[in-house]
Amino acid sequence: MGDVPDPPHALLEAVKLTKRFGSLVANDHVSLAIRAGETHALLGENGAGKSTLVKMMCGLLQADSGELLYEGTPIIFPDPASSRAKGVGVVFQHFALFDALTVVENVALGLPGHQPLAVLAARIDDCVRRYGLSVEPYRRVGELSVGERQRVEIVRCLLGDPRVLILDEPTSVLTPDESENLFRTVDLLTDEGRAVLFISHKLDEVRRLCHRATVLRGGKFIAEVNPKQESSASLARLMVGADVPRTPRVAAHALGEPRLLVRQLSVAGDGSRGSALHDINIEVRAGEIVGIAGVAGNGQTTLFNVLSGETRVEDHESIVIDKVAAGGLGPTERRALRAGFVPEERLGHAAAPDMRLSDNVLLTTHGDGQIVKRGVIHRSVLFARFQQIVKGFDVRFGGKDPKARRLSGGNLQKFVIGREVLRDPVLIVVDQPTWGVDASAAAFIRTTLRERAAQGCAVLVVSQDLDELLEFADRVGVMCEGRLTAPVPVAETSREAIGLAMGGAYGTHSAAGEGHHAA
Amino acid sequence: MLDAAIIGAVLASVVAAATTLLLASLGELVAERAGTLNLGVEGMMIVGAAVGYVTAYGSGSLLLGTLAAVLAGMALSLVFAVLAIWLATNQVASGLATTILGLGLAGLIGASFVGTQLAGAPQLHIAGLTELPILGKALFGQDAFVYVSFLLLAAVAYTLTRTRIGLVLRAVGENHAAAHALGHPVRGIRTLAVMFGGGCAGLAGAHLSLAYTPFWAADMTAGRGWIALALVVFSAWRPLWLLGGAYLFGAVSILQLHVQGFGLGIPSQFLSALPYLATIIALVVISALKHGRGAPASLGVPFVPDR
Repeated sequence: MGDVPDPPHALLEAVKLTKRFGSLVANDHVSLAIRAGETHALLGENGAGKSTLVKMMCGLLQADSGELLYEGTPIIFPDPASSRAKGVGVVFQHFALFDALTVVENVALGLPGHQPLAVLAARIDDCVRRYGLSVEPYRRVGELSVGERQRVEIVRCLLGDPRVLILDEPTSVLTPDESENLFRTVDLLTDEGRAVLFISHKLDEVRRLCHRATVLRGGKFIAEVNPKQESSASLARLMVGADVPRTPRVAAHALGEPRLLVRQLSVAGDGSRGSALHDINIEVRAGEIVGIAGVAGNGQTTLFNVLSGETRVEDHESIVIDKVAAGGLGPTERRALRAGFVPEERLGHAAAPDMRLSDNVLLTTHGDGQIVKRGVIHRSVLFARFQQIVKGFDVRFGGKDPKARRLSGGNLQKFVIGREVLRDPVLIVVDQPTWGVDASAAAFIRTTLRERAAQGCAVLVVSQDLDELLEFADRVGVMCEGRLTAPVPVAETSREAIGLAMGGAYGTHSAAGEGHHAA
Repeated sequence: MLDAAIIGAVLASVVAAATTLLLASLGELVAERAGTLNLGVEGMMIVGAAVGYVTAYGSGSLLLGTLAAVLAGMALSLVFAVLAIWLATNQVASGLATTILGLGLAGLIGASFVGTQLAGAPQLHIAGLTELPILGKALFGQDAFVYVSFLLLAAVAYTLTRTRIGLVLRAVGENHAAAHALGHPVRGIRTLAVMFGGGCAGLAGAHLSLAYTPFWAADMTAGRGWIALALVVFSAWRPLWLLGGAYLFGAVSILQLHVQGFGLGIPSQFLSALPYLATIIALVVISALKHGRGAPASLGVPFVPDR
């Protein structure tokens, strides 16, 4: 608040912290000061060292050198309990929640000492009312949506009455509407004189919400700036170290045959949240990119598995790939129809972590008849293809042919995309193409997919990154609770309409969709 | 033909047979709820039986023997805990090693006591109640181990669901990374839970060698440790279901003896195998019904904090 003078020093300050993991320097003399009544942004790409810094500031990791100051005095947090005792609360990106337990039990675990659950439930209700969060104390956490889980985490932190609240990528799992709610809560917290550290790579949010921003790149401190005086482009330059290329818009080209037809596809699901699909209809024609937006856990994983053939469906006609009813075919048979699939999880799903990259090429190319003939692997052909992927898709790594797990996320994703693209598919289905990938690699991947579409491939992209879909997809549909709104041309929809649909307001977005189809 | 006295005696022996299983599986349930799968139950049980017998034989005190058995079970479980929890070795391999070590150790400890016999734990007698027909002897004429097993069951059920330490223990078994992030000592809690399991297995061993069959034989546990492990799964990690499972299994294992006695012409080998068959069928049915739900999510996964 305006009438409160700035305190003489920061509440919590990191001074020249350094942390090494083997040969990797995750944090190299990084400094950061969080002040009372301020929202401080920590900006950086994936791998810039944000999480390492946060873990050192809350006692989960110990710094190799440098020190932490708490109200100006050096302090050591040997474990998270000691930082919490000093009023440092953290809401992690991967929530530290227990699915099998209720909300109250989860909250009780984060607080010291014992208090009756009924008393705690009443305190949760108080906190919920005060900060405009909605949480039901006696529900099992396993049944909650991602947004609700985050609110549980925040309530748990707030009941510990923290002076410093650290939010690690809080909006990456939220709908635009839920994000707005979160921002209001954060504003209330700083008005009360608490300090908030807001970790993000979404620049618009940071400019709107934060009073100060510290930028990290490659484990190093780059700058502390006032985000309100910066543009998104200038912040991006600080983060990336260069201008971020935008995906070029390709001139309109004629669309060809439908390569993927999904008709009235329903899947019962295994009972866990977000595993069922209800009456999904999608048409992807040669030459176009169709995007599927939505918050994680709304059926996207099931949809991907059903499309790739990992899960087969009873109605074989409900999935048609290049005019062939494919609902009963397995992944290899679907690849034989010249379809390519890139799952969300790179290590363990798209690639075998402990196999060499060249062997990973085989995982999806063994049925193509070029590398494996009569059951024998032709290593020279395999290696030629491997080289082609590495050169053509700028895959960078150390050594000649390392194990997949040694590659960075961005390079492995470029490798996986390259592997599928070089199979010359007529259809590519990609789940989260640029999740956890640095900005320049992400731009490269989007451009690659754009080019393939221009050459007549049909591309279906599932992504949680709305900006990404608006940037490079032709049409966008929204998944919510296993239902998909009819994909509408990007030009005919808006962030707001998609955001509403992501939150489950079907009417607005799909009405527009129906209009498009009738046209 | 089947008069009340016979039925009463059969019921009493069912209770006695079930008690060993209940004690051992309760301990393992606690260890597993904290996230550690200890396959060493059989080994800890037999070491408890041997140490308990030898101590009781030497000192003449059953109480001292029982205490020694509990401590012996804990000591062996601590070996497992150091390997599996603190050195993050594979839990299955370490548990099997614990069982093999226990069987060998017990044979060594008891070698010179083969063929000896003890008086055995005294049975309760409450004038008026113990003489009740049918249930009197089963409920009011048992040795102290039986009543301890009930108390322990109640204590475990209450602690797990109603107390903070129980909540923390469940949390550690559910998501150890989250529990660690919240500042709970994951490995310390797991170690204590495993040691509780070891103590219970030792107590179950003492029940065998000091009360149920008060003599020493090298293989006297006869696979009961494995049955106890299966019962934990059978119960879906819930103490009250464990009670049902232990008594069901105890009943089958006693009844098959009596069926053999009637001479129905069924091969005795088949009848002796019945309890184990019943276990397998129960496990299959339960897992088919419940999709393996109820298992602590971090069960069997070693926890290694990053540094």
